[in-house]
Amino acid sequence: MADTKENMMTRVPVREQDPKVRATNFNEVCLGYNEEEAVREAQRCMHCRNPKCVEGCPVNISIPEFIHAVSERDFAGAYDSISESSSLPAICGRVCPQERQCEGRCLRGIKGDPVAIGKLERFVADWARSNNRKMKCSLSRNGKKVAVIGSGPAGLTCAGDLAKMGYDVTIFEALHKAGGVLVYGIPEFRLPKDEIVAKEIENVRCLGVKIETNVIVGRSVTIDDLMKKEGFEAVFIGSGAGLPMFMNIPGENIKGVFSANEYLTRSNLMKAYRDDYDTPIALGQKVIVVGGGNVAMDSARTALRLGAEVHVVYRRSEAELPARAEEVEHAKEEGIIFHFLTNPVAILPDEKDYVCGMRCVRMELGEPDATGRRSPIPVENSEFEISCDTVIMALGTRPNPLISSTTDNLEINRKRCIVASEEDGKTSLEGVFAGGDAVSGSATVILAMGAGKRAAKGIDEYLRSRG
Amino acid sequence: MYKILKAGHLSGPNYEMIVEAPRVAARCLPGQFVIVKIDETAERIPLTITDYDREKGTIELVYQPVGLTTNKLKMLQAGDSLMDFVGPLGKASDLCESETPEAIENLKKKKIIFIAGGVGAAPVYPQAKWLHEHGISSDVIIGARTKDLVMLEERMKKVANVYVTTDDGSYGRSGMVTKCLEDLIAEGHTYNHCVCIGPTIMMKFLCLTTKAFHLHTVVSMNPVMVDGTGMCGACRLMVDGDVRFACVDGPEFDGHKVDFDLALQRQTLYKTQEGEAFLAWKEGNTHHGGCGECGGER
Ligand SMILES: Cc1cc2nc3c(=O)[nH]c(=O)nc-3n(C[C@H](O)[C@H](O)[C@H](O)COP(=O)(O)OP(=O)(O)OC[C@H]3O[C@@H](n4cnc5c(N)ncnc54)[C@H](O)[C@@H]3O)c2cc1C
Ligand SMILES: Cc1cc2nc3c(=O)[nH]c(=O)nc-3n(C[C@H](O)[C@H](O)[C@H](O)COP(=O)(O)OP(=O)(O)OC[C@H]3O[C@@H](n4cnc5c(N)ncnc54)[C@H](O)[C@@H]3O)c2cc1C
Ligand code: SF4
Ligand code: SF4
Ligand code: FES
Repeated sequence: MADTKENMMTRVPVREQDPKVRATNFNEVCLGYNEEEAVREAQRCMHCRNPKCVEGCPVNISIPEFIHAVSERDFAGAYDSISESSSLPAICGRVCPQERQCEGRCLRGIKGDPVAIGKLERFVADWARSNNRKMKCSLSRNGKKVAVIGSGPAGLTCAGDLAKMGYDVTIFEALHKAGGVLVYGIPEFRLPKDEIVAKEIENVRCLGVKIETNVIVGRSVTIDDLMKKEGFEAVFIGSGAGLPMFMNIPGENIKGVFSANEYLTRSNLMKAYRDDYDTPIALGQKVIVVGGGNVAMDSARTALRLGAEVHVVYRRSEAELPARAEEVEHAKEEGIIFHFLTNPVAILPDEKDYVCGMRCVRMELGEPDATGRRSPIPVENSEFEISCDTVIMALGTRPNPLISSTTDNLEINRKRCIVASEEDGKTSLEGVFAGGDAVSGSATVILAMGAGKRAAKGIDEYLRSRG
Repeated sequence: MYKILKAGHLSGPNYEMIVEAPRVAARCLPGQFVIVKIDETAERIPLTITDYDREKGTIELVYQPVGLTTNKLKMLQAGDSLMDFVGPLGKASDLCESETPEAIENLKKKKIIFIAGGVGAAPVYPQAKWLHEHGISSDVIIGARTKDLVMLEERMKKVANVYVTTDDGSYGRSGMVTKCLEDLIAEGHTYNHCVCIGPTIMMKFLCLTTKAFHLHTVVSMNPVMVDGTGMCGACRLMVDGDVRFACVDGPEFDGHKVDFDLALQRQTLYKTQEGEAFLAWKEGNTHHGGCGECGGER
């Protein structure tokens, strides 16, 4: 293709399933680039001397370097380059909020479309998987045992990095499947479980990491026991922020009202959307999802695929939606109906105590608050009702107190997050490190990975200093 | 995989199973439960720990087949394995939380009555046994609709003073557990701590009775659960005006503070769907709603 200026400004479009078709299946929405498309897109990168994109990436992937390799068709080289900074590229390429991270800073983006860094990363990782290219690692073992709690992105990354350094690592996971939010939260149509997540976890296992599922730290075993009785010299807590919040409005506990976590867990982890799995899920005809983050989008699009008409109720305006831009766009294409500047005040029961509607109030945006976001305030006398038969509350989550309440002297803050050093994950307890959502509150996959990485370094330094 | 060492019929409608699960057996206490998932496609279901053997690393479960998953469980035999088995979940019973001499002295001052309705005898047994092993006596009412449904009577008798009552009078005393409790009190027994475990509706009515006697009553709630770790909120209840998650804050709560009507409502959530799934599994895909019997039209 001619290298016209026009071409360099616009990004190579990525193939997607047609919205009408995908609204009825759980297959991945985005089909990704093929080799030709990837090479063409890679050629748009200007290999900036001062690449802002790298600063925007929380794990500082050498973006110009790997993209250059792609443009030279050296896909293996591109993979090795990414692997130096990230152990889950197939996942990050799919779920990072790129518009706010790497791509948000891309200098190409000043005049035209930013380089599709996420899509290229995904392409490289998918190529490596289908060509069986494994991560490089040393297999010499130093015999020191480290325990990792939780198998989400933070735990997997920390465990993988420590294994690469020669530690004997065991991950303890409360659920029956490893992956954290990647398996129980983010749906199949955004992040395929068998082809992508399971394979990335397999990679971590290949590094020698043992994964013990069905172990709830704080109940099945305590951190103290792990260190004193089971011989773990250091512990990393990557237990996430899985506790769902509710609004405490009337009717929130009647039948047909679910937390997004319950709804998504039934569908993703328990595969309730498939006939061959036993777990039931409410099949609504008209579903209202409350919230505007990724969790709300995922719940809404899951309900749509299960056959419902879906409404999203969000208290701020469209500009404030915290979800990834791509997901909002996909949700709209699929026919999700948005009600911005709207907040629920009560959920209404029918005579059988099943949800039959929601009373809402209109909102307007007031002055910016401490975080700089304009806070919504209710408009007087603006209440109205929407009928529905299912409500999904996607209002955010907090860390689960199970570990902090069973571990003496582990400092937490008032939001129940574990207090840990940003730099190396050290907590108030010697030998215990933490990172990811358990420390930051709900954030992103790549930030959790970054924290896992830094903690792995911190643990290595700590154990070396002890000799 | 968690190996099944023993499995079979117990009595009446009840089945038992002994499973190898060393991590659970090492730490569990009476009042706690496990979540079982039979195989890849199965549901996760909560079951109380009826007994445990720390040395052998085994857990005993007693259950009543009611729907799809418990009926699948029934078909498993010694030598088979469960794919997933997680626990111990929930908080231990207040009574059995601590073994310090002060705690035991305190317990000795209590006059404890357990009230077990139906399969509720399974979670009552380990508590009564624990107390017995720590030199504390307790009374237990085992209530059932009819003679065949009375369970664990012999084992319970080894660890507590047992009173059996059947609704139809076919065995033991006659009448419901509420009547039996009233009768015992009328006969001169005094109690200051009651633990009641059974069907939600029974716990509701029993709590009304004990409230009249100002008898502190602990109940063990059994809402629908998914993860059992506090992550999904399916198990939420209203207790004393606050939302509580039975899997992490419970399953035991002060019975005089639980909103039973809400709990009863929430339990019926998946009734129709589950019923259909079970029938489809048992009889093939012949049920499509419309019979007016099962509520499948909803
Ligand atoms: C529905 C949904 C959609 C999202 N979409 C995106 C997205 O598009 N892009 C993005 O960047 N981010 C997204 N996020 C956020 C992102 O998934 C999280 O920030 C990230 O997963 C946090 O990683 P983590 O490793 O800290 O914790 P988690 O992924 O939460 O993993 C924690 C793990 O620890 C386990 N655990 C908890 N307690 C214990 C215990 N006591 N013992 C043993 N194990 C325990 C849990 O079962 C879990 O498996 C989304 C989140 C949700 C819920
Ligand atoms: C903490 C706890 C301890 C329990 N201990 C025991 C026990 O020791 N022995 C025993 O026989 N039963 C016990 N139960 C009830 C047992 O979990 C249910 O009978 C079982 O889930 C039914 O599954 P099913 O698929 O066979 O039935 P179905 O009715 O087909 O489906 C069950 C569905 O509804 C939920 N469900 C249905 N009934 C109940 C119920 N009564 N309690 C909780 N969830 C329910 C299940 O989680 C599942 O989602 C306990 C429940 C809880 C919450
Ligand atoms: S990891 Fe995320 S932020 Fe970093 S380059 Fe990849 S997509 Fe961008
Ligand atoms: S900022 Fe954009 S154009 Fe520059 S190196 Fe990074 S990806 Fe390439
Ligand atoms: S079972 Fe999910 S929060 Fe209790």
